[in-house]
Amino acid sequence: MLRRLIGAASIAAGLIGAPALAADITGAGATFPYPIYAKWADAYKKSTGIGVNYQSIGSGGGIKQITAKTVDFGASDMPLKPDELDRSGMIQFPTVIGGDVPVVNLREIAPGQLRLSGPLLAEIYLGKIRKWNHPAIAALNPGVGLPATDINVVHRSDGSGTTFIWTNYLSKMSPEWKSAVGEGASVNWPAGVGGKGNEGVASYVQRIEGSIGYVEYAYVLQNKMTYARVKNREGSFVAPSAKAFQAAAAGADWKAAPGMYLILTDAPGKDAWPIAGATFILMHKTQEKPESARQVLKFFDWAFTQGDRLAQELDYVPMPDPVVRLIQTNWKSQLKDPSGNPVY
Amino acid sequence: MSAVVSPMTSAISPANPLYRSRKRVNVFMLGVSGLALVFGLCWLLWILGTLFYEGGHALARAALYFEMTPPPGADGGLANAIAGSAVLIAVATLLGTPVGILTGTYLAEFGKRGWIAPATRFINDVLLSAPSIVIGLFVYSVYVVRVKHFSGWAGALALALVVIPVVVRTSDDMLRLVPNSLREAAAALGCPAWKMILSVTYPAARTGIVTGVLLAVARISGETAPLLFTALNNQFWSLDLNQPTANLPTVIFQFAMSPYKDWHRLAWGGAALITLTVLALNILARSLFRRKD
Amino acid sequence: MRPARWKDVAFEQLTRLFALLVLGILAAILVALVLESRPSLDKFGLAFLWHAEWDPVQERFGALVPIYGTLGTSLIAMLIGIPVSFGIALFLTELSPAWLKRPLGTAIELLAAIPSIIYGMWGLFVLAPLFQAHVQPALIESLGALPLAGALFQGPPLGIGMLTAGLILSIMVIPFIAAVMRDVFDLVPALLKESAYGLGATTWEVMWKVVLPYTKVGVIGGIMLGLGRALGETMAVTFVIGNAHQLSKSLMAPGNSIASALANEFTEAVGDVYFSALIELGLILFLLTTVVLALAKLLLLRLARREGARA
Repeated sequence: MLRRLIGAASIAAGLIGAPALAADITGAGATFPYPIYAKWADAYKKSTGIGVNYQSIGSGGGIKQITAKTVDFGASDMPLKPDELDRSGMIQFPTVIGGDVPVVNLREIAPGQLRLSGPLLAEIYLGKIRKWNHPAIAALNPGVGLPATDINVVHRSDGSGTTFIWTNYLSKMSPEWKSAVGEGASVNWPAGVGGKGNEGVASYVQRIEGSIGYVEYAYVLQNKMTYARVKNREGSFVAPSAKAFQAAAAGADWKAAPGMYLILTDAPGKDAWPIAGATFILMHKTQEKPESARQVLKFFDWAFTQGDRLAQELDYVPMPDPVVRLIQTNWKSQLKDPSGNPVY
Repeated sequence: MSAVVSPMTSAISPANPLYRSRKRVNVFMLGVSGLALVFGLCWLLWILGTLFYEGGHALARAALYFEMTPPPGADGGLANAIAGSAVLIAVATLLGTPVGILTGTYLAEFGKRGWIAPATRFINDVLLSAPSIVIGLFVYSVYVVRVKHFSGWAGALALALVVIPVVVRTSDDMLRLVPNSLREAAAALGCPAWKMILSVTYPAARTGIVTGVLLAVARISGETAPLLFTALNNQFWSLDLNQPTANLPTVIFQFAMSPYKDWHRLAWGGAALITLTVLALNILARSLFRRKD
Repeated sequence: MRPARWKDVAFEQLTRLFALLVLGILAAILVALVLESRPSLDKFGLAFLWHAEWDPVQERFGALVPIYGTLGTSLIAMLIGIPVSFGIALFLTELSPAWLKRPLGTAIELLAAIPSIIYGMWGLFVLAPLFQAHVQPALIESLGALPLAGALFQGPPLGIGMLTAGLILSIMVIPFIAAVMRDVFDLVPALLKESAYGLGATTWEVMWKVVLPYTKVGVIGGIMLGLGRALGETMAVTFVIGNAHQLSKSLMAPGNSIASALANEFTEAVGDVYFSALIELGLILFLLTTVVLALAKLLLLRLARREGARA
């Protein structure tokens, strides 16, 4: 009996242990970049031995955790406004680009065949255009056989960065949407049913005939869904692709954006996908644990320089090089240890 | 009711119409009860079928048990999540079960006077329905925020708070159903109350108490919500309970909601694994505790 | 004081300490919830309870829809779950051949072992399509035309909604209720049952008139266990209830429950009011449970009094 007790005690002692010596770092937040951060972390651990543990708990969770300093870095699909950043003493920088894609379930319509515009999407999501053969849709799609069936609107039921980008885009496209619904990770939807996660929305759209929904780009590819082309600011109907996302990021003027607060919807550029968005990392300006902060920066430095191929494998769009250089300058000038020396 | 206690012998003669109708009701109700069982089993088979159809392949591969959770597009397993979950569940059960059983003992054996027992019983029922995310949030705000990092201990604590009310409720009920004659017999032999409880009432209610613990383990083994803000999760191998700890439910949730097929397969495999493990635990515990019967 | 007596007191005090600990835990959780939901409590006051609006952008919140959804789905779950569990327990204790008892009992308990996210995913990807294609059209066709009750079965068949959520919840609570019922039925002294059989009672009469009254408290305990699970269940409901903040008479329409609103929006809630409104929802679930429990206790008391009168 005694021996068993001692055995149990020593196991317990081993479990409690001293905090691990390895400088493992923890990050948490947005769901959208979770797969690519996991992939980078895996490759980074193999080459350096340092573990970067990133967990998707949602963008709101990420902001809350970094504010409470329970993690070494936070992640969010919604950038913090410059004044919020200042108030909480943080900096943010984008890591990869993605975007929302409208997907439909219409028999006899092939991927990319349907053409839509921002104002039209807003009308559909407001519940004002209810039939697929509505004149406004037909006007953009001459020669396409649109059925006289109801439009079933599908949206996200959970709060998400995907919804933030989508509603941000609709708010820019339609004053009515802006005043009646607005933008946010979750909103008061005027119409439709909610699916949990991108998976949930994809599943509803694939099952319910005549439905329209929005999912992240990777889900369109992986599930081979019927996507629609969307009219961008220059008037061209673009199909979602890595190039179209990058075009949206390239046209953006990151330098002029204080706190790198930039949402890539309705971005200029002939080939730019209009419903794109970057995902962001949040860190405190004054680092109480400079060693951890240095590890975080080293990791993202590595990801920016060597992680592009991995990102492309998973259908994420890496940041263009000039933006990466701007981010690195920001690291140098803004991240300090408690005594004021730069961390990076 | 009066028919049941009627002393007339004709009451149970096959010719008596009342008896015949009672017989019919009996057969009908027993038939319905059989159907109820079939109803329950149908869902079980259906869900298990889906589970093993989707997850069986992953389950059969040794990699599932020996390799770490992979990034999308790479080969891997769930070893870190399996180990983390095992530790979290074990610690939570060890923390929660004694608290639950002792509380149940107080309610059933000593709680006849005073306000503590009725109040605790009521409050415990309220705790039973607390959404597990609220429990997680509670542990987050009293523990994680204070120490400023996520940890396995916080996760185990949150799970223990889910275990306690289930065990309290079942052990209270089961102990109260132990016939008083047993207690009186022990008391008449001069047995002190504490000894009577340990060697008479506990053994008499053993099966029911074990059921309670098993139900509690079954419930926490699939819980995601209380872990998300406490244990977090870990992509890598770590059994240090002061660090974020990997666990199966969170991995299943994250992988299942991703766009990638190989992650989906692992998620289904993990789900099948949890179900199989709880089944095995059930059978093991029952055969251990029924040995004497 | 004799040593044995001393140990008695120590044992009683020890168990009392743990009972107080459980009380303390709940008190602590309640205090934490009230503190966290202060901004919302201050802003909306009691009106939070009956307002149906839920607008995160304008920061206007009301809890009516989730309350309605939580009660509705739990009610459906109990209406299906309790009779089925009773049937299962009856079969296991009275009808089943001895060698089948354990395998069947374990099989039913296994329903509790399936992680709730699996119930959710299975519900969304397997059950809902079937419901949409076959069950709901039939229900709308046959019951939708009824006066009054028909309103419960109208609208387009989406496969998800309150009815689907309630059905899945009922499957989830069955193992809890059935396992406890079986165990308490097994504890009924054989003498009691044999006396009834000796008087010529049928198996059903023994169960309904002897075993059930004897085990009443335990059975209610099992039902409370199940109800507790149904009221607070998160993931399974989240996947199939449709998560719309709309009040709808139809059981086919998407709705929302407290736990699933929390799960869906909690991680992305930015801003004090929004966050605290969600916490207040959690607080309301506690209140709701308290009311439901108090009603159940009252019912039990009246039951006991009626029996007293009859005797």
